[in-house]
Amino acid sequence: MNDVCSINNLTQCLLDGGVSPDLANLLTILGGVVLVATVPLVTVIFLIWIERKIAARVQDRLGPNRVGPFGLLQSVADAVKMLTKEDITPMGADKFIYNLAPIIAFATVVLIWAIIPFTPLHIGADLSIGILYFVAVASIGTVKIMIAGWSSNNKYALLGAFRTIAQLLSYEVPLVLSLLIPVMIAGTLGMQDMVRAQGSMWFVFMAPVAAVMFFIANLAETGRAPFDLLEAESEIIAGYNIEYSGFKWGMFMAGEFMHAFTAALLAAVIFLGGWWGPFVEQVPALGFVYLGLKTAVVYIFGLILRSTVPRVRIDQLMALNWKWLVPISVANVLITALLLKVVDAIGLAPQSGDFFAHLPQTLVLLVGNLVLMFGVATVLRNRGRAQRLVDEAAHPVEHEDAPVVAGAVGH
Amino acid sequence: MAVVNEWAFIGVFFAIAWVFPFVPILGARLLAPHKPNAIKQSTYECGVETVGDTWVQFKVQYYIYGLIFLVFDVEIVFLFPWALAYSQLDFFGFFAGLVFVFFLFDALVYAWRKDALEWV
Repeated sequence: MNDVCSINNLTQCLLDGGVSPDLANLLTILGGVVLVATVPLVTVIFLIWIERKIAARVQDRLGPNRVGPFGLLQSVADAVKMLTKEDITPMGADKFIYNLAPIIAFATVVLIWAIIPFTPLHIGADLSIGILYFVAVASIGTVKIMIAGWSSNNKYALLGAFRTIAQLLSYEVPLVLSLLIPVMIAGTLGMQDMVRAQGSMWFVFMAPVAAVMFFIANLAETGRAPFDLLEAESEIIAGYNIEYSGFKWGMFMAGEFMHAFTAALLAAVIFLGGWWGPFVEQVPALGFVYLGLKTAVVYIFGLILRSTVPRVRIDQLMALNWKWLVPISVANVLITALLLKVVDAIGLAPQSGDFFAHLPQTLVLLVGNLVLMFGVATVLRNRGRAQRLVDEAAHPVEHEDAPVVAGAVGH
Repeated sequence: MAVVNEWAFIGVFFAIAWVFPFVPILGARLLAPHKPNAIKQSTYECGVETVGDTWVQFKVQYYIYGLIFLVFDVEIVFLFPWALAYSQLDFFGFFAGLVFVFFLFDALVYAWRKDALEWV
């Protein structure tokens, strides 16, 4: 019997305290849920700060630096401000779903956190179909933007919603296809088992193409630059959430910031070995640190991308997905499947759990991935060159990088 | 019991996840001023009076992408059991997957050849 009550042994603790087993179970679940669901709420406050600070640094500004130390409490101040802002419902709006959309927007992102393994011990619910659960819950995100855009009775909002349908639906295909590869290697859909399978080798080394696909598709799914067409400020003035104000608008924003972070978290769990790190088996709490560090790398890379690359056009967006990402993902699934069978046939499959046993299989898969990357790069270069020649034939341009002749006037 | 617990957790999580965003919105309703008028509630279009109905017919291209997406999404659902059991399949399992993916890809090639992927 344990003397200290904590979330780890709450059920036993309650039973010892004379609570009936059913109630003890329910209370444990409730405690776990509130704990897991509060983490994203607290994180989002700091995420907004990090995002604004990094965007500011990239643009050679200081960013928030007045409220609290280093401006850390800026988001809290913003939340309080939003509480006092008038909530305007536009005329002719479809009231019920207009009010429902911001709630869905935040809830769907929080729901993903239920299956994230933080440490070997701490996970909301270790579902045996964790990956499928993520795919299912993440796709509800499309609905929130559609109903927000549709119910606002605003043409900008509706345009944003249409773009969303096209973009989010399309990028879900490479996203899910790239998830097939870790499933194939690990032989499991459960998140905790997925992380355990990476004990001696992270999946990013076995399937770098899948990892990159997952990252790109997630940028589009979370509506981040260069794929932020659904809320392009300069074209459709924020798109689907144009008519929202006050805390309902805040919920969309919080949901968006949260979603970007959650996507990085999932990339860290599925491809970067989740909570694995030195001594994590002796001290499970270290898992939080390792997972946090890996997530930060993916997340901050996404943030820097966001503030440095320009937005693509919608035809480019769709062409990139259907003519590049989807065929590459399909080829990647087939190549990985073939190589896994070949590795099995010639006896290179890992027999034990240590690093060197995994090395031959990893090298074979890595080479397969590199060949695929090289093939894609070659095709991309040739297509780009052909397109450039066509463009230059139509509109001859003077090369500005031509050497300047000394003494030349009237440039 | 453990399996039931996992799903009970998800069930409770679904309920709580809706409450979390609902509470601040409700709080804002109590705290924020509420003085609607016709100008304030009019549709925002950068200051220009809105013309015509919002809910109009839209570009068919969006619908075509929806259809192509459906082809892939339904077939990927069938690929998940295949991927999950892949380590237990023999070499024939790879060819079964190959044929299946061929038909999947076939749909994309067809749509591509029909110029359904061009944004016009």
